[in-house]
Amino acid sequence: MEKEKIKVPEPIVNIIDLSLYYGKTKALKEINLDISKKKITSFIGPSGCGKSTLIRCLNRMNDLVENVRIEGTVKIDDQDIYAPAVDVTELRRRVGMVFQKPNPFPKSIYENVIYGPRIQGIKKRSILDEICEKTLRKAALWDEVKDRIHVSALDLSGGQQQRICIARAMAMEPEIILLDEPCSALDPIATAKIEDMLVELKMDYTVIIVTHNMQQAARISDYTGFFMLGELVEFNTTPEIFTNPSEKKTEDYITGRFG
Amino acid sequence: MRGFFKSGNPYIWLTACALTITILMMGGLVALIMMNGLSVFWPHNIIKFALKDGSVVMGEMVKREPIPFKKDAYRTKLKIGNRDVYGLDFRWIENVDIEFREYPAHALTFERREWGNMYGFLKGIKQNDDVLPLTVENLISLLEENHSLVERIRYIEKSVIGDINFKMEKYRLALKRLTSEEPSPKVHKKIEFLHAKMENLEKTYREKEHVLAELYSGVMRKEIVVLLASDEEKIVPLFQVIRVYAPNEMGALSKLGFYTKKFWEFLSEEPREANTEGGIFPAIFGTVMMVFLMSIAVVPLGVLTAVYLKEYAGDTIIARIIRISVSNLAGIPSIVFGIFGLGFFIYLIGGGIDKLFFSETLPAPTFGTGGILWASLTLALLTVPVVVVATEEGLSAVPKSLREGSFALGATKFETIWKIVLPHATPGILTGIILAIARAAGEVAPLMLTGVVKLAPSLPIDSHFPYIHLERKFMHLGFHIYDVGFQSPNIEAAIPMVYTTTFVLLLIILVLNTTAIIIRNKLRKWYSAASL
Repeated sequence: MEKEKIKVPEPIVNIIDLSLYYGKTKALKEINLDISKKKITSFIGPSGCGKSTLIRCLNRMNDLVENVRIEGTVKIDDQDIYAPAVDVTELRRRVGMVFQKPNPFPKSIYENVIYGPRIQGIKKRSILDEICEKTLRKAALWDEVKDRIHVSALDLSGGQQQRICIARAMAMEPEIILLDEPCSALDPIATAKIEDMLVELKMDYTVIIVTHNMQQAARISDYTGFFMLGELVEFNTTPEIFTNPSEKKTEDYITGRFG
Repeated sequence: MRGFFKSGNPYIWLTACALTITILMMGGLVALIMMNGLSVFWPHNIIKFALKDGSVVMGEMVKREPIPFKKDAYRTKLKIGNRDVYGLDFRWIENVDIEFREYPAHALTFERREWGNMYGFLKGIKQNDDVLPLTVENLISLLEENHSLVERIRYIEKSVIGDINFKMEKYRLALKRLTSEEPSPKVHKKIEFLHAKMENLEKTYREKEHVLAELYSGVMRKEIVVLLASDEEKIVPLFQVIRVYAPNEMGALSKLGFYTKKFWEFLSEEPREANTEGGIFPAIFGTVMMVFLMSIAVVPLGVLTAVYLKEYAGDTIIARIIRISVSNLAGIPSIVFGIFGLGFFIYLIGGGIDKLFFSETLPAPTFGTGGILWASLTLALLTVPVVVVATEEGLSAVPKSLREGSFALGATKFETIWKIVLPHATPGILTGIILAIARAAGEVAPLMLTGVVKLAPSLPIDSHFPYIHLERKFMHLGFHIYDVGFQSPNIEAAIPMVYTTTFVLLLIILVLNTTAIIIRNKLRKWYSAASL
């Protein structure tokens, strides 16, 4: 069944006929999808549907997994990111990523935030200090941690750690930020804080978020894609998906009949 | 019954028993070493036995035990000292032979430079052919005077003449090099210059020798007369006496002070009398320095190997074979490593270095013979499997999420390993180093082939350029234990020293390990929350 591709304004990511195999298993099946610039796009679906695998394709984190084969094209800014000439580390600087479990490095808050810029070769202390403060302010963390940015990031609470991880990704000034179920290990208050933060981030960044929490997708995202068994079942603006889904499966899922 | 086994209690008891046995064995070993080792420097009382056959013996009581198969019969082992007079240090005396015993108040222990202790009474000092009376206090002040002279002799012998010899050798080698060059006026001039310098040195050497001879004759002139238990008189040159004390008159406190002083001497001085007396400082120094050099060599080698095996080699068959081989390397007898060190490091590399850089001293080898550098490298090779295995384990323990976090920020694999993975694996690496140190500090066999000696004339670090002499032979506590315990001419007298040396070796390993463990625990605390 050939689905019609939804037109989105200002697409920054074009996913064309993307399939991915883990060994012989086909984990993604001919995904076609455009993602709009400076909007929040969320991917929902039951566990194992391939949504995390898909966003890991966007910064080529799947390269680290053995036995992965990818077919199709992913373009960011009209550039094929799987072309041989692409520098993966450069790509990952443009496409930041935040993981399910907060994974701050066992270093100070300051060292965590400037990890990326430092790797890019910025050595001057004053510039790094400036980046650190600017990023933490943007992540609305500055007031909470400004007195202890040289304390270990592991001393923070889980929610703060996750926001440090988001700030760490932001410090690279990426165009796109990928979030892989960023709130699944957090309590509702910490989740709310992160959601507020993401809505703020939309001003400057394209945000793609994988979530298990449908309310979260409904609350914050502009576009939503529903995945099942490696297929993109439906992709549309969030109000449309949640109020008027065109597929039966989508409706069943969001009304809680399975999943 | 089945219920009893099912409850798991018997297994708990089994584990508890195993633990108890281990603790008892370890505790027993340490207690044995400490009991025998720590009492060596205690000033034991001098006991005097009058025997039924009319003779008299005097000395320190070492041991008392029942005679097997005889009722109520005991025998006593007496350290009678005076080896130069009696030929033996120890004598067994049976209880039935003893007429009476006493602790004579004025009995003195004379610690001597040669022939071990002497037990006796002070008769006087010899002057010409007369014997003038001398009190113990006067003798002690005389000894102090003498000691400062001996110190001066030592200084001149070791430092001043050592310096002269060092320079002389340097000039001699320079001369040798010059004579092999094409003769030219310039070379000729240099040779003459060197000759002049050497002549100058020769002159100072002769002067110093003269001074030394005078000092020696001054020291040697004074002699004291000691009355032995058997009423014999013995003339002892004052120079021979290091210390004199009357243990029977000392209180517990002054004995404790004496003990501390002697223990410190043991730790800080050089050995005498074929290592059976004096201190063990060179051996302590050699052991610690060797362990440090070994660590410096083994850490980069082991860690880099482990990083490649774990991070880059993947899980291929070759990598697996290498991994198993590395673990098996730990099971090779250490003497084999010693032989390898001798063949590879000393003959091949050391010999090569000599040919390239020290050809003027050949055929006398510089690096082509055992030395602290080669011994350390051999031990590094011996301990590298331990470090590799521990580091690999440390690397495996780094959470995947941290690596991904780093990759997602645009770090390359190398940057991730260097900045995230290795720091996180440091506690594991330190565990490896701790194990390596424990193994290396206790190893003796390979050292015997690669540079340990019974008595090293100088430490591997001194005031002569280039200050650190890695080619020098060194002393080692483990070898010292072997040497004193099994190779010395007077083994029975040396046994206590063996225990004390063992005790010091254990102490050093304990200190080295504790330091590493403290560092590791601090690091672990810093990284602990990361694996949540």
